[in-house]
Amino acid sequence: MYIELRDINKSFGDFQASRSVSFGIARGTLAALLGPSGSGKTTILRMIAGLETPDSGDIFINARRVNDLAPSVRGIGFVFQNYALFRYMTVFDNIAFGLRVKKEKAAAIRARVEELLELIGLEDFGKRHPAQLSGGQKQRVAFARALAPNPGLLLLDEPFAAIDAKVRRELRVWLRDMIRRLGITSIFVTHDQDEAIEVADEIIVTNKGRVEQLGAPPDLYREPATPFVADFIGESAPVENIAAFRGFEANVQGTPGAVRPEFLKVFAVGDVIQYPNSVEDAVVDDVAFRGAWLELGLVLRGIRLTARYSLEKQPPRIGDFVKVLVYRLYAFEDGKVSLRRNAELNASRHGYSYSI
Amino acid sequence: MSGKGKNAPRGASLWVPRLFIGISALFAAVMLILPLAVVLTEAFSSGLQVFLRAVSDIYARKALFLTLEATAASVFLNTVFGLAAAWVVTRYSFAGKGVLTTLIDIPFAVSPVIAGMIFILTFGRLSWLHPVLEEHGIRIVFATPGIILATVFVTIPFVAREVIPVLEARGTDEEQAAVLMGAGFFTIFRRVTFPHIRWALLYSVILCAARAMGEFGAVSVVSGHLRGKTNTLPLHVEILYSEYQFTAAFAVSSLLVAGAVIILTARNIVEFAARKEDSLNVH
Repeated sequence: MYIELRDINKSFGDFQASRSVSFGIARGTLAALLGPSGSGKTTILRMIAGLETPDSGDIFINARRVNDLAPSVRGIGFVFQNYALFRYMTVFDNIAFGLRVKKEKAAAIRARVEELLELIGLEDFGKRHPAQLSGGQKQRVAFARALAPNPGLLLLDEPFAAIDAKVRRELRVWLRDMIRRLGITSIFVTHDQDEAIEVADEIIVTNKGRVEQLGAPPDLYREPATPFVADFIGESAPVENIAAFRGFEANVQGTPGAVRPEFLKVFAVGDVIQYPNSVEDAVVDDVAFRGAWLELGLVLRGIRLTARYSLEKQPPRIGDFVKVLVYRLYAFEDGKVSLRRNAELNASRHGYSYSI
Repeated sequence: MSGKGKNAPRGASLWVPRLFIGISALFAAVMLILPLAVVLTEAFSSGLQVFLRAVSDIYARKALFLTLEATAASVFLNTVFGLAAAWVVTRYSFAGKGVLTTLIDIPFAVSPVIAGMIFILTFGRLSWLHPVLEEHGIRIVFATPGIILATVFVTIPFVAREVIPVLEARGTDEEQAAVLMGAGFFTIFRRVTFPHIRWALLYSVILCAARAMGEFGAVSVVSGHLRGKTNTLPLHVEILYSEYQFTAAFAVSSLLVAGAVIILTARNIVEFAARKEDSLNVH
């Protein structure tokens, strides 16, 4: 493990920002710290950087305990949320700053800065000031500035938060490819699950100061370990009692859970209905165009669920009655998550069909 | 029609702004321009010869020198103190921070005469410190140190009050970035923090100098009015005036007026330059 945190605790006054946080990240991994605001993800990043000190626990970078090392000797590059570019310096001077502090030779500094400017595609921007750059360009400069002294670890705090949505996607891909190309171990903080899933090799999900789960995006998506992860990842709709659904009566009454859009199948009038014993009546209360599919808001026995609907078919309208089959759902028991299948699907492979 | 009523709602009547412009202009004319004109005409009323004699008089020169000395000292000390105070107040949280920010404002709240009295009570004959100072041959009250202390006291808030909001608005992220790259305190101050506050600092130094030059109340109390020793220019003017040397009094006053005009011009240049840089370069 290149980075390892062992049983880190940190409080700010009454607020406990980290509760026995432990995880490890292998060299060359691009990891995301994902969680809602206030979940302690930025605190973890700042402790690794040395901008905050943990109350207890150990932080290792490259097998060296760094708790008592000054931030500047930990071998990290840090990209701040708002970039924190030096406003009164040119782009060139911004990137050169870390090298000048290390008293490197002027010629070496010039060569390194020019190399980085070329890497970020801003060769002709060296003489500009940060105020004369777009959001995306500022981000690239902040990235180059963090990389200039050749750090072993790159930390990025909400790197895309300050960029407008249009550029954000583009920049995500750019940053991911750049980090992969350089092979530098990186951790970035985000509250946006799409961002984490698209960019990261590994995701560390945080909630209320704890690490809920660590894993590759597909694993996290398919096998959430805790109810929080099941709710937070994907577009899950929380359900108070899963036994209320047809086909799930065998579960203990009152078991909470969550239903994802892909766990539902929607049958409109005229569709052939599979498993008619298990379908439920629902009312469409929202129809939203999502590009490649329609997103339907459904109310089913007073429970609000979200489903996907193919664009190939005639779209339902708000107020339409539809039939809904709940294929699967997550059951939450004792803080653990298990995937439950509809009983009828288990009973017969075929069932029978009729039309409405 | 360059910019006339550009911020006023369309169709609003123009007599209200005209009325207020008229009131402001009249007020400025009566309260500011007229007295200044009187000072200058009185100063030269008996001819250039008399004016030159009054301002080159040995006591006038000594008073000018003492005024400049007190001004320089208060600008220097308050710049150092103001920067240090602004830095800690905006960069650290510590016990007594609220008290410190309140203390900085005290000189604005306290009458200058009271400020002078404070120094008399602290260092004068009635103070328990007096014997100690006497023993070491140090004179504070009725001597130059007292003048300087009083001037410094009344100008304490200028630098800190001007720099604190700028540092607060700028945040600490650039400094943190510099710390992470291993920059030391002085490198960070010189290359990262100082460029943000230089205009605010220069502006506050100018205001501080203006206030220090014109200070009368506090200095008057601690001065003792020893001609050629503890008289600053404003005190010298008062003495001349009370001796019915009106022309000389106005002549020396005109020196202060000239100083004020220079300072205000400098202030305007600084304001203009700061705004220009702000709009061109830095948001």
